[in-house]
Amino acid sequence: MAMKYAFWPGCVSKGAAPELYIATNRVARELGIELVELDQATCTGAGVIQEQNPELGDALNARTFAMAQQLGLPLMNICSTCQGIESMVQDKLAKNPEYLAKVNEILAEEGLHYEPGLEVKNFLWILVEDFGLDNLKKAVKRPLTGARIGPFYGCYILRPSQLLGKEEHPDRDHYLEMVIEAVGATAVDYEGAKKCCGFPILTINRENSLKQAGNHVHEAQDLGADALVSPCPLCHLNLDAQQPAAKSVTHFDIELPIIHLPQMIGLALGIDPKEMRMDHHVVSTKKLLDKLAQPVPA
Amino acid sequence: MKVKLKVKRTDPEKGITGYSQYTLDMHDSATLLDALISAREYEDGSLALRCSCRSAICGSCAMRVDKRARLACRAKVIAITGGDEEHEILVEPMGNMPVIKDLVIDQESFWTKIRQVDPYLQPAGPVPEGEYRVPNEAMLDLTHTMNCIMCGGCVSDCTVLEVDKNFIAPAALAKAYRFAGDPRDGHTVERLQKLSEYGGIWDCTRCNMCVEVCPKGVAPMNRILQLREMAIEAGITNNTGARHTAIFTKSIVDGGRLNEVWMVPGSVGMFNLPRIMTELPGALKMLRAGKLPLAQVIPPGAPGSHKMKGMDRVRNVVRKSAMLKPKKAEVTD
Ligand code: SF4
Ligand code: SF4
Ligand code: SF4
Ligand code: SF4
Ligand code: FES
Repeated sequence: MAMKYAFWPGCVSKGAAPELYIATNRVARELGIELVELDQATCTGAGVIQEQNPELGDALNARTFAMAQQLGLPLMNICSTCQGIESMVQDKLAKNPEYLAKVNEILAEEGLHYEPGLEVKNFLWILVEDFGLDNLKKAVKRPLTGARIGPFYGCYILRPSQLLGKEEHPDRDHYLEMVIEAVGATAVDYEGAKKCCGFPILTINRENSLKQAGNHVHEAQDLGADALVSPCPLCHLNLDAQQPAAKSVTHFDIELPIIHLPQMIGLALGIDPKEMRMDHHVVSTKKLLDKLAQPVPA
Repeated sequence: MKVKLKVKRTDPEKGITGYSQYTLDMHDSATLLDALISAREYEDGSLALRCSCRSAICGSCAMRVDKRARLACRAKVIAITGGDEEHEILVEPMGNMPVIKDLVIDQESFWTKIRQVDPYLQPAGPVPEGEYRVPNEAMLDLTHTMNCIMCGGCVSDCTVLEVDKNFIAPAALAKAYRFAGDPRDGHTVERLQKLSEYGGIWDCTRCNMCVEVCPKGVAPMNRILQLREMAIEAGITNNTGARHTAIFTKSIVDGGRLNEVWMVPGSVGMFNLPRIMTELPGALKMLRAGKLPLAQVIPPGAPGSHKMKGMDRVRNVVRKSAMLKPKKAEVTD
């Protein structure tokens, strides 16, 4: 079956986390998923624009949805925050037809139109719901047996649940664990998995933000994790790039590789870590890669 | 049906903590509270818990059920277990507040914070001869917050409160909106000023946990966001939070996507050198890892700043989106 998506890469994968963008494209190619990048779509606003100007956020996101609809494709994102904001805007527009009509008036000037009902999915949901875990298991060339990996979801792909399609897909809060197991690794069960990484307040209250990140990394490391995996590049920024700072604020002795979801899939597909820029992390991924280079334990 | 419970037990006087396990025989319609009361009546009289109304009104039976705050009287056992009689329900006291005994927590800090936001109307000007006249929509908007039953569930699970006891936290901030958002209140600006300080509206990470656990649809985080919008509108922008929103918005309006490089100086203040310096080691590490987006070194809005394709059309959307703004409800006499 041919899988094809309009692809909204998000700002961070085009900025401070280029390895995510590269790994996503590489893994999609390997899995036979075709991505048509929306290179003229804007940021979702990340909930920040919405603090000052929710209407602008609505219009910009509706514009992105309309671009996907113009291509006749469902929309894929690779960021928990993007997912949360996009789901929220979809809900608001679907419930307010009059408001939607006004938004569409603005979009009409570029020949765009948004009709509620577009499918908008994070790569994680696509893997489980569209690609399928059985197919994923079949595609695995190098099972990650022996690796203990902690899931880190990111708030907006989990909450608020009534906006995130959980009636139809009740297992969405367990997909990361399911994917970790499907590629042969062991999922680490720790409380921080579904909490907040603290990223949104990094500039506002640095100490609190870093304590949040440091606590989760420490808890997972204590329970024997070799790495954390996340479907959200913002979580990645706080957990990886800020990890040395979190270490000095919390005084926890932490050093835990944080990997992006597509990177984990890519490793199991046998893609060279360098091709997914796994050498471009702040916390070295070497310990994890060394462990995986060992012969598969019986 | 068979109901299995694993209840966290704490006796601070004796300094004991541990878990008690109960297997009970309950009617299919039983709530978790029914099961706990049954455990106390027939299994172990020393089990301490709070409850009163048994119908989700008094707010006294909030506790953590399988790791999330809930009202025990509103949680049907069958809904928690999905009908699986072997599912052992984990029952713990709420978080972020000290435990007095077993499932009973000390609410003192909860109430102190509620008091901290002056939870009463402070009208300005002379008292009107008749009643205050307020438009319907204005009060409708406040009904969410008026539904709060002070159960403390949101405070229990607030992720920022976990790392900073000074945070005013969701229940009290929602309560603050109840008065700041009331058209009869005359102290809105002073309230917003106070709420914009450390520990207030800008310290929330927007993690949605309080929205998720609140049994009454108060959605405290959404009230916090309304307060932020009000504070910015009232011109209370000389703080990191408001500057963060401003530079973020500017970066999208200017280039279509987020400029990460300028977020810190833009938020903490361009001349706040000591604070900017704290970020330098991190920035250098990112540079070494090839993660500093060099295309973004020119600040948003400055000549030559990084721009996405088709920005003229984005700018048009920005201009026109002003017409989407709802009209504000006014007080009428
Ligand atoms: S939410 Fe994040 S990654 Fe998603 S578009 Fe915005 S800043 Fe970019
Ligand atoms: S965990 Fe952090 S970055 Fe991730 S979604 Fe929550 S706030 Fe965002
Ligand atoms: S959204 Fe804000 S107030 Fe609510 S739980 Fe999260 S940090 Fe606390
Ligand atoms: S806002 Fe909701 S969760 Fe918080 S105290 Fe009020 S009713 Fe309870
Ligand atoms: S007993 Fe009153 S809310 Fe549960």
